[in-house]
Amino acid sequence: MKVLEINHCNKKFGDNEVLKDISLSVSEGQVVSIIGPSGSGKSTLLRCATLLETMDGGDLVYMGEYAAKADAEGKAVYGDKEALKGIKQHFGLVFQNFNLFPHYSVIRNITEPPILIGKRPKEAVYAEARELLKKMGLADKENAYPHQLSGGQQQRVSIARALAMKPKILFFDEPTSALDPELTGEILKVIKDLAAEHMTMVIVTHEMAFARDVSNHVIFMDGGVIVEEGDPMEIINRPQQERTKAFLSRFRQ
Amino acid sequence: MNFVVIMKQLFDGMSASVMIFALTLLFSMPLGLVVAFGRMSKWAPLGFLAKEDGKNGFLRLTIATFRPIQFIVKIIIAILRGTPLMLQLLVVFYGPFYLFGVQLPRSYRLIAVLLGFSINYAAYFAEIYRAGIESIPVGQYEAAFVLGYNKSQTFRKIILPQMVKRILPPVTNEVITLVKDTSLAFVLAYAEMFTVAKQIAAAKTSIMPLFVAGVFYFIFNFVVAFVMERIEKALSYYR
Repeated sequence: MKVLEINHCNKKFGDNEVLKDISLSVSEGQVVSIIGPSGSGKSTLLRCATLLETMDGGDLVYMGEYAAKADAEGKAVYGDKEALKGIKQHFGLVFQNFNLFPHYSVIRNITEPPILIGKRPKEAVYAEARELLKKMGLADKENAYPHQLSGGQQQRVSIARALAMKPKILFFDEPTSALDPELTGEILKVIKDLAAEHMTMVIVTHEMAFARDVSNHVIFMDGGVIVEEGDPMEIINRPQQERTKAFLSRFRQ
Repeated sequence: MNFVVIMKQLFDGMSASVMIFALTLLFSMPLGLVVAFGRMSKWAPLGFLAKEDGKNGFLRLTIATFRPIQFIVKIIIAILRGTPLMLQLLVVFYGPFYLFGVQLPRSYRLIAVLLGFSINYAAYFAEIYRAGIESIPVGQYEAAFVLGYNKSQTFRKIILPQMVKRILPPVTNEVITLVKDTSLAFVLAYAEMFTVAKQIAAAKTSIMPLFVAGVFYFIFNFVVAFVMERIEKALSYYR
């Protein structure tokens, strides 16, 4: 079962073509890493997939349901409000800057969305949230406020918040870029644990060793196109394309 | 007129001032939110005129990006902030008669005072609210959007509470100014504190009633500042 399918995605900002005919599919349990230089379009691709940006052309499909479908000319036609609302239930997103709600305690950050949006029973949601916090090593922080936590702890809360909605697929947008190397380790470990539980994930990252170790599939993007993709070991240790070699040269030394 | 009668009159004036103050806040604060939404309205009914390739001439672009609600609200705010409140009170009170020949009952005096104050303060509050709303990081909207919050839920649950905390200092400023501005009801001869104090001062040829009035405004504002500080403290549990 394909959890996510993107076909022939095109995206322009004014005259600037940021994504050129990108296709990508993610199966259940797969972990896909997207690497590439700044401005390569990888974050825009993630924002299109999570409906934060609209694609100009192409299909966007979750669990066989179309969020957007290309018409005869290839132009992306989005579903209506209700359809998109349903589709949003399929995915979660972890931001680079966490974007926790600062006026809510840790537990409320995690429990409000499933109760308010998911209409799930309060007791069950709270029990699951405490379970998630325990898993994240934050069992004693449920009544803390985000500003009282370290960056690594905030990012773990934001992962718990996304997981509490029970998404079929979880996106990470450079989840460790705002963290120092020590805290980065914490987050990478959490993501590795999720991978071991076969959580379907798409990770935009600059952590090459991590991308190689955690993912089943690596995509290298540059200039709005997929330059090279495939097995993580192959791409990161033995890239074929000159552009990929140049990008990875510093890492491979 | 003995001391007790004078104090009784001043006390009535105080109550009138407090009432103008309280009712003005009650009406202008929610009205300000409505005005703020109008000011932030992005509705552009002629937007369809813009060409999709983005190659619009100056005139076409001007027409296509014209936002009528925002435009009208901007003009209203400019007038309300750009002319004296005293003049606005006079227009609200005498306007119906001089412009339309409408005879209004005596009780219209208080209504005119409250209308004038509420509309004027709503304009100021609107701009404070707008500053507060626009200062919330876009990431908050994006996080709420991805979690499935709709626009109204995002505003009520995520944006509004954070906005309230951020705007407290400028709102305190406005509220303190309002305490003193209630004395402008004097121009409509409405019997609030300042009007009463001035009348007694003239009748008794004494400065004391004005002095009492001054002390009253000062204590009133002391209480206002104290209350606002408590509210700020109550909201300081997060950053």
